[in-house]
Amino acid sequence: MMGSSAAYAVQPDEIMSDPVKEARARDLSRELRCMVCQNQSIDDSEAPLARDLRLLVRERIAAGDSDAQVIDFLVARYGEFVLLKPRLEPHTLLLWLLPPLALAGGGLALWMQSRRRSGSAAAEGVTLTPDEEARLAALISDEAPPKERA
Amino acid sequence: MIAEAGHYALVLALALALIQSTLPILGARWRDPALMNVARSTALAQLMFVAASFAALVTLHVTSDFSVVNVFENSHSLKPLIYKITGVWGSHEGSMLLWVSILALFGGLVAAFGNNLPLSLRAHVLAVQAWIASAFYLFILMTSNPFLRIPNPPLEGRDLNPVLQDIGLAVHPPMLYLGYVGFSISFSFAVAALIEGRIDAAWARWVRPWTLIAWIFLTLGIAMGSYWAYYELGWGGWWFWDPVENASLMPWLAGTALLHSLVVMEKRNALKVWTILLSILTFSLSLLGTFLVRSGVLTSVHAFATDPTRGVFILLILCIFIGGSLSLYAWRASALKQGGLFAPISREGALVLNNLLLTTACATVFIGTLYPLALEVLTGDKISVGAPFFNLTFAPLFLPLLVAVPFGPLLAWKRGDLLGAAQRLTAAGVAALIAIAVLWGWTRGGSAFAPLAIGLAAFVIAGALSDLAERTGLFSLPIGTAMRRARGLPRSSWGTVFAHAGLGVALIGIVCETTWNTEYIGAMRPDDVAKIAGYELRLDGLTQQQGPNFREMVAQFSVSLDGKKLSTMTPSKRNFTTRGSTTTEAALLTRGASQLYISLGDTTADGAIAVRIYHKPMVLFIWFGPVLMAFGGMLSLSDRRLRVGAPRPAKVLRGLQAAE
Repeated sequence: MMGSSAAYAVQPDEIMSDPVKEARARDLSRELRCMVCQNQSIDDSEAPLARDLRLLVRERIAAGDSDAQVIDFLVARYGEFVLLKPRLEPHTLLLWLLPPLALAGGGLALWMQSRRRSGSAAAEGVTLTPDEEARLAALISDEAPPKERA
Repeated sequence: MIAEAGHYALVLALALALIQSTLPILGARWRDPALMNVARSTALAQLMFVAASFAALVTLHVTSDFSVVNVFENSHSLKPLIYKITGVWGSHEGSMLLWVSILALFGGLVAAFGNNLPLSLRAHVLAVQAWIASAFYLFILMTSNPFLRIPNPPLEGRDLNPVLQDIGLAVHPPMLYLGYVGFSISFSFAVAALIEGRIDAAWARWVRPWTLIAWIFLTLGIAMGSYWAYYELGWGGWWFWDPVENASLMPWLAGTALLHSLVVMEKRNALKVWTILLSILTFSLSLLGTFLVRSGVLTSVHAFATDPTRGVFILLILCIFIGGSLSLYAWRASALKQGGLFAPISREGALVLNNLLLTTACATVFIGTLYPLALEVLTGDKISVGAPFFNLTFAPLFLPLLVAVPFGPLLAWKRGDLLGAAQRLTAAGVAALIAIAVLWGWTRGGSAFAPLAIGLAAFVIAGALSDLAERTGLFSLPIGTAMRRARGLPRSSWGTVFAHAGLGVALIGIVCETTWNTEYIGAMRPDDVAKIAGYELRLDGLTQQQGPNFREMVAQFSVSLDGKKLSTMTPSKRNFTTRGSTTTEAALLTRGASQLYISLGDTTADGAIAVRIYHKPMVLFIWFGPVLMAFGGMLSLSDRRLRVGAPRPAKVLRGLQAAE
């Protein structure tokens, strides 16, 4: 049809005739970054570059490449920046490991805390003067949930 | 004249903020009530002057005074009035002015309604507020002054970015800022508690309504922004894991965790130190969000390096406040006594689990957002972290959270009975299994993920309802008694039910939209018919139209179902002459909670137009969910015991014991 203007995400003329291959192309497109845009996949982007990349992906698929081969081809050509999901490599190790480590660390800290506290005496450090205690009680007493089953 | 007055009002506000940040602290130190009370009057006066400054900028925009740079760059005399007003915060300078205005508003509210606070606490809170305010006034006055004049005023302005000329701009940024900046109150309370070296359950009682207000606005602000992106950007996406979105999601996650830990602190006097830390972190993340969005660091690290004044200034503010408050925390937190022991299986334990998962989710978003920036600065390697990464790391943290949500409210304080809670959730579990079975049968051959996720959503919703049935005695007591108990139930319990059910509702929307979204992409000529999800859409024709500051091409589609005409849809493409840019105005047709969505592409030489049509099943649930959550928050806020300055009843002095 026309190749001049591409002010839009996936264009009618880009779509492959084989629906299975087209679906593969769409899935791949969602994992690839439009490098001149701010955090958009080539599937979403309106930029001409994104259109070129979409066509390139379809070209490779039509040529019989597997998904991994298409990705390798694009990384070889444009660098890792094109991947929206970085590969697990030495310099992205922390990126992938920190979330599970945060969860494990948090869980471990909680576990140690509960062990320490169940070990120590139930000291409920009261630092308030009797006067302050009375004010605190008065403040808290607004709450009178009649039938809350705690 | 107006510009100079606005500028001067801002300078005066800075002067007042400087007084407010020092005198009350000295007053608290010397136990001088008069000096401590300075905080109240300065906070109110500061609000007045910032409001005057903001009103001045609005006036300049409304009257199209192009001798002011900010108006020239972001307005146009032909722009509709509403966009002249909302355009005030469509620019960097204006949005920072909105930021400080809301900060002053919150300070003024604490000053006006904080009569039941101990005098020294109020003085400290308002002083900390004034530190933040001073920093941002300085930032605006030194790097982002919205009142600068142009020596030779041009006749016409450059117009506002067309994407922003939408009702979304009227609602989204103010809501978001009310949320972001609202968390400054819990931050100030936390820092004040650290300065005073003591904190008790009453502290949590005072902080909770403020946190809740901020959370409600942030929830609505994020949802609104998501819906705006959905209909404005033209390809029907509603969440992109864009750093700008992440910047608002992080304070929301931390703020949600904070709301829950405040409950524990208020009821059980436990988790104090953690709650303080969360208060600090939540507002720090709001500041980080402001830095990410306002410094230009996201567009490119290099753009940031070439014009670093603004970025470095905010970075400095960020370092001083986050570093300062965390150092204060490290120094003073040990002075705060821990209290309220509890077993791991208990309401407290469930809320701790909630906090663990929410903060880890928040940390994940934080890492994914900042890692590429840090890597590029340190090694020069450029990587992208986008939606596929976040979907893979965020979802596994949220799914267990959703499984746990119905259990929390059913567990007793101190020591709970997990088996008992599970038994009481039998009905919810059955509802989930039915949902899974029905969907499995209906979508045979599809992925197993969607039915399971919707089953989980059904479990969350039914779980929230079983909690309600449990508390009111519905099904086990006579209906009259149950109704009476429902009326007597604290509003905050109702709030929990709605907020938790909202999570399930949003999940249904998300899963349906991502799994069963269908689309039609094609080039259509007049009288062509597109078929999608049983609907027939016929392109009737294309017309050109002139708008106030744009020309648009409107396509008219007749939508019919089973041969019966339902409605017409008119998507358009607008061309804004001043900026020479175009926007796509998608057309939406709502059917129940589902939507048909049409947006236009380019016309071809032979008279066809590229059209994208989507059918998005249950898509509105994505936003109904947050609205329900916010509604739950409002119910909880209206609970009399949280109402700011509510008169306390003379009876039931032993209310706390009654609640246990």
